[in-house]
Amino acid sequence: MTENIRLAIQGIWGHKLRSLLTMLGIIIGIAAIITIVSTIQGTNEQIKENLIGAGNNVVTVQLNQDGHAYDLSWNDIPQGVRTITEDTRRELAEIRGVEQVSLYYSRNYADSVYYLNTQYNGEVFGIDPYYLAVYGLQVKSGRGFTQKDYDNCRKVALVDTNAVRNLFGGDNPVGENLEMNGDVFTVVGVVALSEEFAPSIQNMQDYQMYMNTSSGAIYLPGTTWPTAYRFDEPQSVAIKVENTDTMTSVGQEAAKLLTQNQIVNPDSSKFDYRSQDMLEQAEQLQKMSESTNTQLIWIASISLLVGGIGVMNIMLVSVTERTGEIGLKKAIGAKKKRILLQFLTESAVLTSLGGLVGVVTGVIMAQLISSVVQIPVSISLPAIAVAVVFSTLIGVVFGMLPAIQAANLNPIEALRRE
Amino acid sequence: MPILRLTDICKDYIQGKEPVRVLKNVNLTVERGDYLAIMGPSGSGKTTLMNIIGCLDVPTSGSYELDGRNLKDLTDDELADIRNRHLGFVFQSFHLLPKMDALDNVALPLLYAGVSVKERRERAAEALKAVGLEERMHFLPNQLSGGQCQRVAIARAMVGKPDLLLADEPTGALDTKAGNQIMDIFRQLSQDGMTIIMITHEPAIAACADKTYRILDGELHTGQPAPGGDGNEEVERKA
Repeated sequence: MTENIRLAIQGIWGHKLRSLLTMLGIIIGIAAIITIVSTIQGTNEQIKENLIGAGNNVVTVQLNQDGHAYDLSWNDIPQGVRTITEDTRRELAEIRGVEQVSLYYSRNYADSVYYLNTQYNGEVFGIDPYYLAVYGLQVKSGRGFTQKDYDNCRKVALVDTNAVRNLFGGDNPVGENLEMNGDVFTVVGVVALSEEFAPSIQNMQDYQMYMNTSSGAIYLPGTTWPTAYRFDEPQSVAIKVENTDTMTSVGQEAAKLLTQNQIVNPDSSKFDYRSQDMLEQAEQLQKMSESTNTQLIWIASISLLVGGIGVMNIMLVSVTERTGEIGLKKAIGAKKKRILLQFLTESAVLTSLGGLVGVVTGVIMAQLISSVVQIPVSISLPAIAVAVVFSTLIGVVFGMLPAIQAANLNPIEALRRE
Repeated sequence: MPILRLTDICKDYIQGKEPVRVLKNVNLTVERGDYLAIMGPSGSGKTTLMNIIGCLDVPTSGSYELDGRNLKDLTDDELADIRNRHLGFVFQSFHLLPKMDALDNVALPLLYAGVSVKERRERAAEALKAVGLEERMHFLPNQLSGGQCQRVAIARAMVGKPDLLLADEPTGALDTKAGNQIMDIFRQLSQDGMTIIMITHEPAIAACADKTYRILDGELHTGQPAPGGDGNEEVERKA
């Protein structure tokens, strides 16, 4: 075998240009696949990190109806669901692994919110004093909510930087008035994610916000919420956990407790509380990027197929060229299997080399792309291993026909031809 | 026991639709140590006979015994094994592998016999020494003269210590001087006890052998050609 590999490399080296051209199809195919896989992997890892990565340790629990989050934008106050009391909040805070708990109201699509003549179409939250700390939000300018704001149900609001950009055209909004469902709210401060805090992404909206596609967020004191919206709305719960690993279990425990406490007939109700399964969210997002890229991989595979056919073609030429050599080898005692192996090894070595060069090219390409277009890239070792093994396999598959032809050559014919 | 016994060997080739009989009831017995030449014009069937003796081809009918063993119904691989272990070939056009040096060319049959690298190299070097090429072991074939190439080929044929050396026009591509050198080596091998069968159409070369056969229209006859003839004319007596 080592003898065969040595001979194969010798043969490839003897025809440098021809070998390179033959390998080109394989090189391009493997390089394309490695590039694509690396970018997919990079994007996926970024998504995963954003959603469930280190630093993000908030799990939300929301009211669900028949398995879907209950959206109060276009639904009535649910029947048979109690509002969450301060006692229940404390109970939640005592669950093992919980650091802080916040109750909040929310609208994903706020209607009837205006600044001057501009309609706002971002999110609105009614928050308690713990909310900003749980999500790692900081007041960047103006002030936050005071106890008096809460106690007196003042009509004040905080906005995030996206809202500043989209609603106030980037100007300082502090002191400006917002019209919310007919009431006037005064903006008292701007909040943003604190720098050292990793983004908190709970769902698609959050992800879009992170990617700067969100229209923004407006925060009101939770006690004032009913003046702009409705009384007795069920709150959602945001729980900051001590350790990211326990997020899922804490979320599930909190959801169970809330379902027991808040739902009047928990067993027969169509309502229950559920925690956001972040892994599922991450996978959803990853699937989106993957499905487009699998198509690209198919296209790259066609290049591999074409490359394989090129290899077969050259090997057939090589067999014809070396008829005399094959004849002599058979005459002096080489068995069929040995001739077969010799040619199979040669095509496999050829395509493996192509695969290796392709991997190197692909890695370089991926790095280039990531530095030019800012797409994160992650080089996957298993992908590289698969690529090399696959290119070897192409050599074996497409080298089979020429090798069989060589092995079955009649030595008399073969010797006569030279 | 004769090393080689051919009995009523016939060989047919299909040409168009009709089978053409190329060899007709050839009988040949070769004793160990014999040195014989087979002469014949082109198309007489001498190469076909050589291919059958060399186990490169199988006869249509008749029996072939090598060293007492009847080679009937053997597979391609079994025949390859016999060629490797019992036969040595020397061709008119040398058939050396151009990218290997003399030593590797000579060692090649031992590779197929499953001999270790070290022993292969030792035995190949020995065989090259025997044909006087120990100085040129690492020369590529295109760096050697025709006569030297043929000597490398002889070394390759002899390296496996075969029972039978088959030479097909061994001097056909060489000038007289180089040809004579080759004949000297054959003579030496014969004196050392090697059995040699040589095909040639040159009477002068055939004269180097101990026995001469003539093949004409697929029939094998024993005897010398008429003096001055080209080996093509009359037949003295039937084998």
